[in-house]
Amino acid sequence: MLDVKAGDEQSFELLLRKYRTPLVNFLYRMVRNTAVAEDLAQEVFLRVYRARGEYAPSAKFTTWMFRIATNLALNSVRDNRHRQMEISIDQTMDTGEDEQPPLEVPDRAPTVEQELVARSRAEMIMKAIHTLPEKQRAAVLLHKYQEMDYDEIARVLECSESALKSLLFRAYESLRAELAPLVNTSARA
Amino acid sequence: MFGTTHHDKSSGKTCATMESKLIEYLDGRARPDERREVEEHLSGCASCKTRAEEFRAIWSTMDDLPEIIPSREFDASLRARITAEPVRRNFWDWMPSARFAFAITALVVLSVWLSSAPRVVKTPSELSPAVQANKISTESDFGMIQNLPELENYDVISKFDALSELPGSTAVSTEDLNKETR
Repeated sequence: MLDVKAGDEQSFELLLRKYRTPLVNFLYRMVRNTAVAEDLAQEVFLRVYRARGEYAPSAKFTTWMFRIATNLALNSVRDNRHRQMEISIDQTMDTGEDEQPPLEVPDRAPTVEQELVARSRAEMIMKAIHTLPEKQRAAVLLHKYQEMDYDEIARVLECSESALKSLLFRAYESLRAELAPLVNTSARA
Repeated sequence: MFGTTHHDKSSGKTCATMESKLIEYLDGRARPDERREVEEHLSGCASCKTRAEEFRAIWSTMDDLPEIIPSREFDASLRARITAEPVRRNFWDWMPSARFAFAITALVVLSVWLSSAPRVVKTPSELSPAVQANKISTESDFGMIQNLPELENYDVISKFDALSELPGSTAVSTEDLNKETR
């Protein structure tokens, strides 16, 4: 990021290549809409690019970047919720949520049945994550999928480490109930 | 939330205190003393032990959530947005180049240094003969002006034989001078 600050455009390309996928995935899991997730991810990179002159390495770059991403995602979720509340109950609600986002296909070709099962499990996990309040959702995604340290996540969410650990505990308690059928299924398998 | 609260008599810890420690323990990031504390509690509390096992199970299940691939247009779309950004001008943008800025700065510093350099004052022996003669003439004039009240005193003048003061000359009396003028 310091190279980007110095005007090295190649370094910005490297940042883009390294963080594009994890950022889009984090945002998709937050907002559950690929188009919105990509738009938000581009907005994150744009803000990183705009702020490159003022960047100071007081914190890790990922902390800074995910803080921007989390704030954008939380705003988007709240805006979407407000928009849905304005829609008449007589109308059909189109949440814009994706049913079939493009997934990474493993090397070995799965059977149709295996692919259907995999998609079904993915959908259930996403649904369970989406039952969490936004801040718990962000905490779980940063902890489980970005594998960030507690102090980093606490800085992203602007809370103390002890508050973060409480957030995670309550989130996993909820997921424990939501994902119990999947856990039992895989145990039987 | 915890059902029956188990109070571990040996360590005085309850299930509630495990709330902040269990995640760290399961992550493998707990300090050795905290790890021992949690393990002691789990060995005596069935509900917390079940909770810990189920947390591990859902973490494993959550690994089944696959990554999505950003669209092929992502990079191009981002570059288009960056190109459309207005160019920010800052104070130093009027400078044509860093070299030019350096040259200007060096010139300014040199001028300031030269103008603030002290003037050299030469001693009389270092002055040229023409300058020295001019200096002496000026000094003697000044001396005369200083002595003007005495020069205007007739008693002093009448006794003053200036020509006798001259180096290499014979004394000439005023009577001889009067003779010459007739």
